[in-house]
Amino acid sequence: MLDQFDDRVDPIFVPIDRARLIAALTPLLGADGLVTQAEGMRVYETDGLAAYRGMPAVVALPRDVGEVRAVLKACSDLGVPVVARGAGTGLSGGALPSPGCVLLSLSRMSRILAIDPEARTARVQPGVRNLAISDAVAQFGLFYAPDPSSQLACSIGGNVAENAGGVHCLKYGLTVHNIQKLDVVTIYGETLTLGGDGFDTPGFDLTALMTGSEGLLAVVTEITVRLLPTPTHAQVMLAAFADVRHAGEAVAAIIAAGIIPAGLEMMDRLALGAAEAHTHAGYPTDAAAILLCELDGADGDVGAELARVAAVCEASGATQVRLARDEDQRKLFWAGRKGAFPAMGRLAPDYYCIDGTIPRRRLPDVLEAIERLSGEHGLAVANVFHAGDGNLHPLILYDANRDGEIERAEALGGAILELCVAMGGTITGEHGVGREKINQMCVQFSSAEIETFFAIKAAFDPAGLLNPGKAIPTLARCAEYGAMHVHAGKAAFAHLDRF
Amino acid sequence: MFTRERRRLLISTVSRSSDLTEALTERVRAAAAETRPLCIVGGDTKAFHGRSAVGERLEMAGHRGVVDYEPSELVITARAGTPLLEIEALLARNAQMLAFEPPILGPSSTLGGVVASGFSGSRRPFAGAVRDSVLGVTVLNGKGETLRLGGTVFKNVAGFDGFRLMAGALGCLGVLLEVSIRVAPSPAAETSRSFELDWPQAQAMITALMRRPVPLSGAAHDGQRLHLRLSGALGAVKATAVEIGGQEAPETFWFDLRHRRLAPLAQPRLWRLSVPRTATLPELPGSWLRDWAGGEIWLDSEAPSERVRAIASDVGGHATLYRGAKPNEAVFTPLPDGLFALHRRLKAAFDPAGIFNPGRMYEGL
Repeated sequence: MLDQFDDRVDPIFVPIDRARLIAALTPLLGADGLVTQAEGMRVYETDGLAAYRGMPAVVALPRDVGEVRAVLKACSDLGVPVVARGAGTGLSGGALPSPGCVLLSLSRMSRILAIDPEARTARVQPGVRNLAISDAVAQFGLFYAPDPSSQLACSIGGNVAENAGGVHCLKYGLTVHNIQKLDVVTIYGETLTLGGDGFDTPGFDLTALMTGSEGLLAVVTEITVRLLPTPTHAQVMLAAFADVRHAGEAVAAIIAAGIIPAGLEMMDRLALGAAEAHTHAGYPTDAAAILLCELDGADGDVGAELARVAAVCEASGATQVRLARDEDQRKLFWAGRKGAFPAMGRLAPDYYCIDGTIPRRRLPDVLEAIERLSGEHGLAVANVFHAGDGNLHPLILYDANRDGEIERAEALGGAILELCVAMGGTITGEHGVGREKINQMCVQFSSAEIETFFAIKAAFDPAGLLNPGKAIPTLARCAEYGAMHVHAGKAAFAHLDRF
Repeated sequence: MFTRERRRLLISTVSRSSDLTEALTERVRAAAAETRPLCIVGGDTKAFHGRSAVGERLEMAGHRGVVDYEPSELVITARAGTPLLEIEALLARNAQMLAFEPPILGPSSTLGGVVASGFSGSRRPFAGAVRDSVLGVTVLNGKGETLRLGGTVFKNVAGFDGFRLMAGALGCLGVLLEVSIRVAPSPAAETSRSFELDWPQAQAMITALMRRPVPLSGAAHDGQRLHLRLSGALGAVKATAVEIGGQEAPETFWFDLRHRRLAPLAQPRLWRLSVPRTATLPELPGSWLRDWAGGEIWLDSEAPSERVRAIASDVGGHATLYRGAKPNEAVFTPLPDGLFALHRRLKAAFDPAGIFNPGRMYEGL
């Protein structure tokens, strides 16, 4: 399992004496700012990828940027690795403690510092919950667009680290498109302000570089987010298909028709059956797949565009097209979708959520290939995903109590990600590489590209102390992984066209 | 890697003659071996911008052609030397467009040139900048290695976003070979209105409008009049146009503004101020034109540089001497020491010998 760090292929730091570390950090953080007992640290052992576990040396809970700076400087001086953590909802093991690390939790820095409705911005600390921003600005008729499914719990600092997406990305963009200014602290304890209050800043676009850098470059301590006016009208349509291929084709056809839905989601038979049993959203459980298509805008425009979407779906072979009859039913349609992950509990004791993106037009082929892989690995896969973005979330169903199933789930997940790369896509659309997809990075990127990533990291963090062993694989790891995965000179998916 | 070879094979059957990757790679390797600076040139329409160029010219215009375009993917991939006019014409035939509305300063203007310059048009506050549309690049680094950063899909968080870093980097980090750009559907309806308002009144109107979900796609003030452009679904455009009133205005204003052909933008020495759009600025020392809902100001001024830069920095913005800098005069607002040192280290990460457009952005970078 990948939660085990391996000093042959992962950067490992010689652990320093724990008492010395505690002595160095205690005066910086105050009595309640440092967790050193095993039972207290247990909650930080894992993030949203609960299969991966590790214990930090200590947990630091800074209250303000001054304490963040002090902790980072001390760790830099002592040569101790630092793993930053937001709300711990990430799904790729990005906040998994690495051996001997200081786990830096930003959860106590959770204040909304300022809201400027005229400029449509909010200045917030990293521990603020994603949904808390939209809740706080709703009184001004504004909202913060990126809405990962964990938005009730996940923190904005974590969102920046992961470049989080959500259901509404297709129309409103990812985190990188919705933030304009960051304060970050380097491993040396130096504060840098990236971006600004205008639309651009001189020099390189470091705000973009920092977003999605998974805690490897610096620690984000303050974020200015952009807000959008709440649309006056939103309506959702449900289309059912007797064939998954037809649903996939409808997705590409909707976009080709020049329509950008606010959300365009797909669920296959296995997923929608479980979701229906869980939420009773009124989904047609006899369908092979359904699409949920939400449009927002002015009242008349939404109706007119939905009529076009309905026509496109019917032309693609939809067996049924239904508009939510009122706001309650619209919410119910979405509740079913949002409850789809927990609903998996009805199908299997455990599920493993995969996250890759493919070009939209490849959806039908990829869904068929996943079904084939599912058969080969002997584990069922349910699909619930952001179809409009081609962002797949195959849910691999397994039982951790059965011998070898978790390893099989990991292997099947890896195979699906490699399929995404072979189809011209990527191994992660929104969950990040973290620890989970570190091996698949070797499939997506060349040695020169990986060396470039390390060079970028070294420009910020030459000693490599920030979140080591995550997001970028060492070339030694790639060599070992490559040797494991190419058998007799045959690459995986040799039968597929690659471009 | 296999993926890439196969991909290149497909490309070469489409338009082999215009793929100069090999020749460009050899040029870069040779220059790196001898630490000879290279001045990267696309359509040569923006030579006036930035500090003076040094080094031998590395011509990109021959490296051209659309590599992949499938309208339902909302993405186009083209070689960096592809003329923007060719790309825009192809997109228009499919009712699509570049959302960031790049200025095209001449028919030879290239995709790579506009990405490297980071220039975005009037849609910037409403649809994002160049960097928001870039999905991936293929770039030659300073060792002559081909790097593919990002990809062709919108949701992609694998690896650092080195591709967005290329937007606005003025070619200091590498030679763009290919760029994948997200495209947007062309709006179903568009109309322009103009209002006789001074800037403070215009700013208040823009601010109030932008707090509501209206289909604004341009807000500019030419010193006398406020110009608003509405784009989007027919119903919303019509309803908003009726609500805001004003006079019907010619679309040519936006065309001329976008391509920087309006008279105030033709001045031989021209400043560009980037400021928070809601900021209150003092009286500007010269004639001006405001775009980007007030966030971008074109200023024709003989005032000393320090004064112009202070006007912008006092409200949290920055000023660029867009055109007409004297030799060795600073063009971009100087960076704080810590940030500048980081810029130098990042430059070295891509271009260890420092051969790409040295000094074009900042002295010593």
